[in-house]
Amino acid sequence: MYDAKKIVPGILIFVVLFTFPLWSNMGKAAPAPKPELPKTEKVCVMDTAYMKTEHMVLLNQWRDLVVRDANRLWVGPDGKEHFMSLQNSCMKCHSSKVKFCDQCHNYAGVKPYCWQCHIEPKENM
Amino acid sequence: MNASQSMVFSLVAVGILVCLPLIGVTAGMTSLFGVIIPYAAVVVFFVGIVARVVRWARSPVPFRIPTTCGQQKSFPWIKADNLDNPSDTKGVVLRMILEVLLFRSLFRNTRLEFYDGPKIRYASAKWLWLGAIVFHYSFLVVFLRHLRFFTEPVTPLVTLLESVDGFLEVGLPRLYISGLALLAGVTYLFLRRVSIPQLKYISLPSDYFPLFLIFAITATGLLMRYVFKVDIVGVKELTFGLATFHPVVPKGIGVLFYIHLFLVSVLFAYFPFSKLVHMAGVFLSPTRNLPNNSRMVRHINPWNYPVKVHTYEEYEDEFREKMIEAGLPVEKKE
Repeated sequence: MYDAKKIVPGILIFVVLFTFPLWSNMGKAAPAPKPELPKTEKVCVMDTAYMKTEHMVLLNQWRDLVVRDANRLWVGPDGKEHFMSLQNSCMKCHSSKVKFCDQCHNYAGVKPYCWQCHIEPKENM
Repeated sequence: MNASQSMVFSLVAVGILVCLPLIGVTAGMTSLFGVIIPYAAVVVFFVGIVARVVRWARSPVPFRIPTTCGQQKSFPWIKADNLDNPSDTKGVVLRMILEVLLFRSLFRNTRLEFYDGPKIRYASAKWLWLGAIVFHYSFLVVFLRHLRFFTEPVTPLVTLLESVDGFLEVGLPRLYISGLALLAGVTYLFLRRVSIPQLKYISLPSDYFPLFLIFAITATGLLMRYVFKVDIVGVKELTFGLATFHPVVPKGIGVLFYIHLFLVSVLFAYFPFSKLVHMAGVFLSPTRNLPNNSRMVRHINPWNYPVKVHTYEEYEDEFREKMIEAGLPVEKKE
């Protein structure tokens, strides 16, 4: 092999850089997050599968309806009426941001900008 | 294969690659597509790239063959262009950095045009350079953003990238500029290939296939983020399991994710055997990484046969007496 003094370090740099996810997590274990579900209620405004993947879309629609149209009432697909409010409706059941919202958001590296306008609940954790 | 055959062939190939996980995962082969194939692909990627580089390094480059685009180093009173015709390591390093990061040789791209009958002129053509920059850099950003699936806690680098990338705050989940730019870049590179007749004529399946593959990867990724969302926590459980060698296959991740993962695996496995290996090759291109020092350093061809030479001194030693007898001039008189 020619130019081994340049080729070998080059290969090493390539391998070390590209295996970053492997060596940086060596021996680490990150169990899947377990968001704390409310004890009082069994169902959310939509079913679990929908809320799991699409809650941000729904919250965005609610935001637009409330802030732009001053409309606070939302009728779910099951015909039930809900009061659209993050702090007064969502957080009534999901009372802890740390134990519910942050669990998955931190795990997946998501930084929602809800709390730029809403007041973040004070929690001593 | 002609141009349209090449295109159809590549399109069918990518189509089959999309269908395989679609059928497989629906039939319940989640650990094959979620664990075994990704691991195998990554192994092929690393072994393949290293083997390629070692193979390149084994071929001797006995002569300096840099492309020279400026004045060679000469007399001190002639201004040398040390960037476009480097004579030392410093110039080469600078030239390589500009080449790798800014695609400087593509920036020189020119187009030959005919006008007024047989007259020709050369025009600057920067679109390829721009398309390549958009494509490569958005791909890099997208690639780095995916580190959020492989680090826990998520590295600050990713958080920073995400906030810059999504600063428009359009929609929820926030629109990332890099995703759209990547799709636009790959689409441009494809359209360029089919709209310029000369380029279309020389295009092969190995040109179309990577484009279609990357297009499919981008499209499935965008669909997964904005349209048919998948269980992101489940996805991270799987990917983080792969990174920590404790693979788990959570239930209920959408099939779209497995298609995306399979296509990425194919890209990784295909990488060392295709034109995509220019990622490593750009560092080893002798027309860029050699200093133009042929007139300062003697480069000896390593495969030169050891030629037996008979120097004049030896000749004279052999025939000196006879030469003196014959009255021929000699350099050493005994």
